[in-house]
Amino acid sequence: MNAPAAIQLASVALVGNPNAGKSALFNALTGARQKIANYPGVTVERKTGRLMLPSGASVDLTDLPGSYSLSPSSPDEAVTRDVILGHLPGVAAPQVLVVVLDASNLEQHLVFAQELIALGRPVVVALNMVDLAERDGLVIDADVLAEGLGVPVIPTVAVRRRGLAELAAAIEAAELRVAAGEQAHPRAHLGMAERRLEARGLANAAILSETAKHRLHSRLDGVLLHPWIGPLILLATLFVVFQAVFVGAKPFADGLQAGVDALSDMVRGAMPPGLLRDFLTQGVLAGVGSVVTFLPQILILFFFLLSLEASGYMARAAFLMDRMMASVGLSGRSFIPLLSSFACAVPGIMATRAIADPKDRLTTILIAPLMTCSARLPVYAVIIAAFIPARPIGSGAISSHVGLQGMVLLVLYLSGIVGAMVVALLLRRSLTKGDASGFIMELPKYQLPRAKDLAIGLGQRAWIFLRRAGTIIFQVTVVLWLLLNFPRAEHGQDQVNASLAGHIANGVAVVLKPVGFNRDIALALIPAMAAREVAVSSLATTYAVSSGDKEQTQHALSAELKKHWTLPMALAFLAWYVFAPQCMSTIAVTRRETNGWKWPAFMLLYLFVLAYIAAGITYWGAIALGL
Amino acid sequence: MQYAINYGTLTGMTDPLTLDRLTLGRAARIASVDWASLADDEGRRLRALGIDVGAEVQVSHRGVFAGADPLAVAVGRMTVALRRVHARAMQVVEL
Repeated sequence: MNAPAAIQLASVALVGNPNAGKSALFNALTGARQKIANYPGVTVERKTGRLMLPSGASVDLTDLPGSYSLSPSSPDEAVTRDVILGHLPGVAAPQVLVVVLDASNLEQHLVFAQELIALGRPVVVALNMVDLAERDGLVIDADVLAEGLGVPVIPTVAVRRRGLAELAAAIEAAELRVAAGEQAHPRAHLGMAERRLEARGLANAAILSETAKHRLHSRLDGVLLHPWIGPLILLATLFVVFQAVFVGAKPFADGLQAGVDALSDMVRGAMPPGLLRDFLTQGVLAGVGSVVTFLPQILILFFFLLSLEASGYMARAAFLMDRMMASVGLSGRSFIPLLSSFACAVPGIMATRAIADPKDRLTTILIAPLMTCSARLPVYAVIIAAFIPARPIGSGAISSHVGLQGMVLLVLYLSGIVGAMVVALLLRRSLTKGDASGFIMELPKYQLPRAKDLAIGLGQRAWIFLRRAGTIIFQVTVVLWLLLNFPRAEHGQDQVNASLAGHIANGVAVVLKPVGFNRDIALALIPAMAAREVAVSSLATTYAVSSGDKEQTQHALSAELKKHWTLPMALAFLAWYVFAPQCMSTIAVTRRETNGWKWPAFMLLYLFVLAYIAAGITYWGAIALGL
Repeated sequence: MQYAINYGTLTGMTDPLTLDRLTLGRAARIASVDWASLADDEGRRLRALGIDVGAEVQVSHRGVFAGADPLAVAVGRMTVALRRVHARAMQVVEL
């Protein structure tokens, strides 16, 4: 409790149009001192951080979703309005507003700025990205703008930390006005047309000179949005992303696996044989370790997603995909959440808040789990490595470079996509029937993603993943190990058959038998309801237990699988995984985003039915083909 | 562009020019908008993005595949993607 703390410091919010560089400014102002409620999407989630003021005091800074006005046309714009106006229960309205403007798009951004200034609360304007404006040949007089708006205007370049100290000082000055008990003086509210007229006047007065227009952007768009070259570049980009995820991550994953193995050996060497040692090596290390080794893949995927978003290319991808999405009743807007769902459906579903049309949004939420998320990868990888031979698909010049394993993986991804499109088409004609949705979206300027912003984003993802591995996956693994090891088997009896888990699985297996699943699969699927990737650790734990105290980690898992499973079983298991809704986080976030249990329940039901049918068809089809 | 010609011959050349038929790269001003033909929040969104009566616009890109949908419309220093169905509601005057 130091002296300045005697003054109650008011909370501050960053607000502005989308693509004003708000996130970069927020990162620059708060550094790594950020708190995110749960899974963040880019500026979709409510992010808060601590901002240090020149006096040494610090205040809460909130980054609000980008918005064009206080009359929202999408759910995340509604969040912005509700927070600013104090309509959100439990969230106090920010008393100081930092309005972020893109200096090179002044006229447009001033329209919303005026609406915010009219609220009468202390406002500081951050005239952001002045460097890009200068590159575009714009010279802006911040003083003229400040005079016209009647609030302080600070030129900033978030990514180069220019103007940050001045901005913090201006925020502190505004804080003092709040502390002095100054009341809000709402100004006359102008309509949209009047604000636009006013914005034009203000911008014209503040812009001292204007030469070349944004030539670089239109030239890039000329290529990237070209009717024929554009889609090819998009396809190539997606190919590079997925290639990097699967090939680039391998050395890192192998390194982590070696680390887990070494740790396991160390424990084995340091402890006497017994239940506790088995618990650590077979339970904890085999289970959690096998999941942690997928961290590199997840980070590489998120690296590309964050880069594409930050560069402005994601909006172009939405533009290129709009026509195709329209054919199943969606819009290009849905492409971004669906692409994110390849990493994880949870941020994907949260990113649907940017979709204006409610039925469009609901459809996108319902099909998001069909995108092959990174949690399925560990499962696919293990089964494919065990059952699909690593040989080229043919002997031709090209086909000899295409591996059969990779092809199976591609088919699994495509099955999810095709399934999602069919489901979307059916939903748009039944449950989410409505007018064809529109597609209206700003195509932001191209920008080079900044290493620091990417690092902060990746750090958050890595932390979320490891926290999951350390909590949910750890707990599930431990519970499963206990269920598998108790009650202890009589002499000569198989431990899995004797255990409690074995008895439960025998019951579930009755239902799953028609689609070719045995007791061990049933056993893996039960804990994998919490999170898909747990199936790998469950299988590892199961086979480690039943084979006794041999060296059992993931390397040996593939041999064990081959011993206990047939090829049709393995294929049916893969088909099941394309559809099955085995992720509590997804169900939970769907409940939150749809405000009730109706849609998550529907999602669970339809996905299980699809999974059951797909597994059945695959199993009996494979048997009929003599596989 | 095939589209524009067909449309013109079908309906007669006296028909006022709408944004969806504006030549690629040609600057124009929005003369009027048939807001009633657009959903309320779509209209609101377009206005929020500065696409309104009086705005100077230019179609800079068209989408792929049949119908060349959506359109990328430059308005001021911003580019906005919108569908042909929205553009059809906007009468423009070439500058």
